Amino acid sequence: MTMNDSKNVRPFDVRGVAGLARIALADDEAAALQTQVEGILAWTRQLQEVDVKDVPPTESVADGETVWREDVPEAGLEREAALKNAPLSRQGQFVVPKVLE
Amino acid sequence: MSGSPVDWGVSEAADALARKEVSAVELAQALLARADKLEPQLNALTWRDSEAVLTAARAADEARAGGDSRPLLGVPVAVKDVLSVAGQPCTAGSKILQGYVAPFDATAIARLRAAGCIFIARTNTDEFAMGGSTETSVYGPTRNPWDVARVPGGSSGGSAAAVAARLAPAALATDSSGSIRQPAAFCGVTGFKPSYGRVSRFGCVALASSLDQVGPMARSVADAAAIYQAMAGHDARDSTTSARPVGDVLAAVRAAKDLCGLKLGVPAEFFMPELDAGVAQRVRAAVDECRALGAQIVEVSLPHTAYGMADYFVLSAAEASSNLARYDGVRYGFRADADELGDMYDQTRGQGFGAEVKRRLLVGTYVLCRGAAEEYYRRAQQVRTRIRRDFEQAFAACDAIAGPVTLTAAFPLGARRDDPVSMYRGDSLTATANLAGLCALSVPCGFTAEGLPVGLQILAPAFHDELALRIGAAYQQATAWHESRPPMGED
Repeated sequence: MTMNDSKNVRPFDVRGVAGLARIALADDEAAALQTQVEGILAWTRQLQEVDVKDVPPTESVADGETVWREDVPEAGLEREAALKNAPLSRQGQFVVPKVLE
Repeated sequence: MSGSPVDWGVSEAADALARKEVSAVELAQALLARADKLEPQLNALTWRDSEAVLTAARAADEARAGGDSRPLLGVPVAVKDVLSVAGQPCTAGSKILQGYVAPFDATAIARLRAAGCIFIARTNTDEFAMGGSTETSVYGPTRNPWDVARVPGGSSGGSAAAVAARLAPAALATDSSGSIRQPAAFCGVTGFKPSYGRVSRFGCVALASSLDQVGPMARSVADAAAIYQAMAGHDARDSTTSARPVGDVLAAVRAAKDLCGLKLGVPAEFFMPELDAGVAQRVRAAVDECRALGAQIVEVSLPHTAYGMADYFVLSAAEASSNLARYDGVRYGFRADADELGDMYDQTRGQGFGAEVKRRLLVGTYVLCRGAAEEYYRRAQQVRTRIRRDFEQAFAACDAIAGPVTLTAAFPLGARRDDPVSMYRGDSLTATANLAGLCALSVPCGFTAEGLPVGLQILAPAFHDELALRIGAAYQQATAWHESRPPMGED
């Protein structure tokens, strides 16, 4: 029995997920990705075989604890350097297409 | 100093420069000329600028004439196209970063720059380091110097091929599931993935932040250690870097003689059914060589090894889906034409990302969705804990672990391109080190019957980087596998 049969797991829907990931897909591309990702997810379901009862999740293997620093300003990128890579900029600002009608 | 300057490793080049037998300009010119000759076959490099490199080399020569004696002054290093070098492009092998020029140095780069290194070229990578063959790069595939019909491995295939083909004495790379060690094994060079937290990730294009680590590739352990030492250590700009002192790793590596007193664990699970017989034979012979050097060989068990790759895949895809959200066509790189902002995001990402990146971003977005996160993402985090515990138990019985790096030697170009899962499985023996935060080294340990390089993997507990490197150095003192060169560019 696969996990999808046994539990109420949200099915993978390429259009819905691509919308969340903000990736435009052509129809043929979406169809191919639906199949490929289903195949990949099926492969990852081998993890269901592992006994994880009472096993805490690992989020990080970093050494020590999150560190704090003094809240003092540091020199960052100059505005001009930050804008240099922008596809479009004007008057010291990033320019984007219109947001509202 | 014998041989052509292109044959020199880091320490030989540094010595020759110090003795003024060669200038930094002459060394850089020799390497650039070799790149001109071999690049049409290899495609290991994504960018090089002879003028800029020679300007930097001239500056190094002038500094030396003025009494500057930094050990790495004028030593050329190639850099994977995911690490920012101020003034050089940084595109992660992706169309979506086309035209981006880094405005600052990554910390690893800044430290090597402070040590006197010259950044001679940028090396090819799978797009956003997602892959095991360097075939998903927007610049096209890199080829293996040992057999140009085969892949160099990946994702750091360009760095591995460049070091193997002697386009640079050393290169920087990154490793999230084997991207330093697997291409090192495929190309017959030494590759070192430091412990998580040893080298700053600041200025490194992020794939999976809990797994990524920057490390060196070189033609010997001693050379890799020299580069590692120069860039390792705490960095206020990467809060995951450790404050533990790095120590004089290079001196320890140079003093390495034998493996007496060392308990070397060999995990049965690393010799899995999918392991190629020729690779297995060479690695077992290498373990025997370690025994002959004085190591006590003990059997250990890492029961969850086979789950490492799927576990890595779920976690890294999830982290990547968050990390790559920044590529939206607003601040840098490629932007698709669209009349409305949301459409611009969608089209930019749809046109800017390649197929493998899209697959992973969709997987990563999905496994974080409500209704899927418990079953996929959280479970993967729990399996990660079990993998860590495997290593904790194993290291209670041994000092370090030895085994194969890869299941096979380098495979033909295109062989796995249309079968993502078969590509992912290739990292089965390397991903667990990243999941557990360990350090791991790949050293050449022989050849298959077809003449393809095989790598020996040495894993040590987190922050025992010096131990892993000392073992590798002792192995290389007793063996000559790392001295073999691919027959390329000989007249």
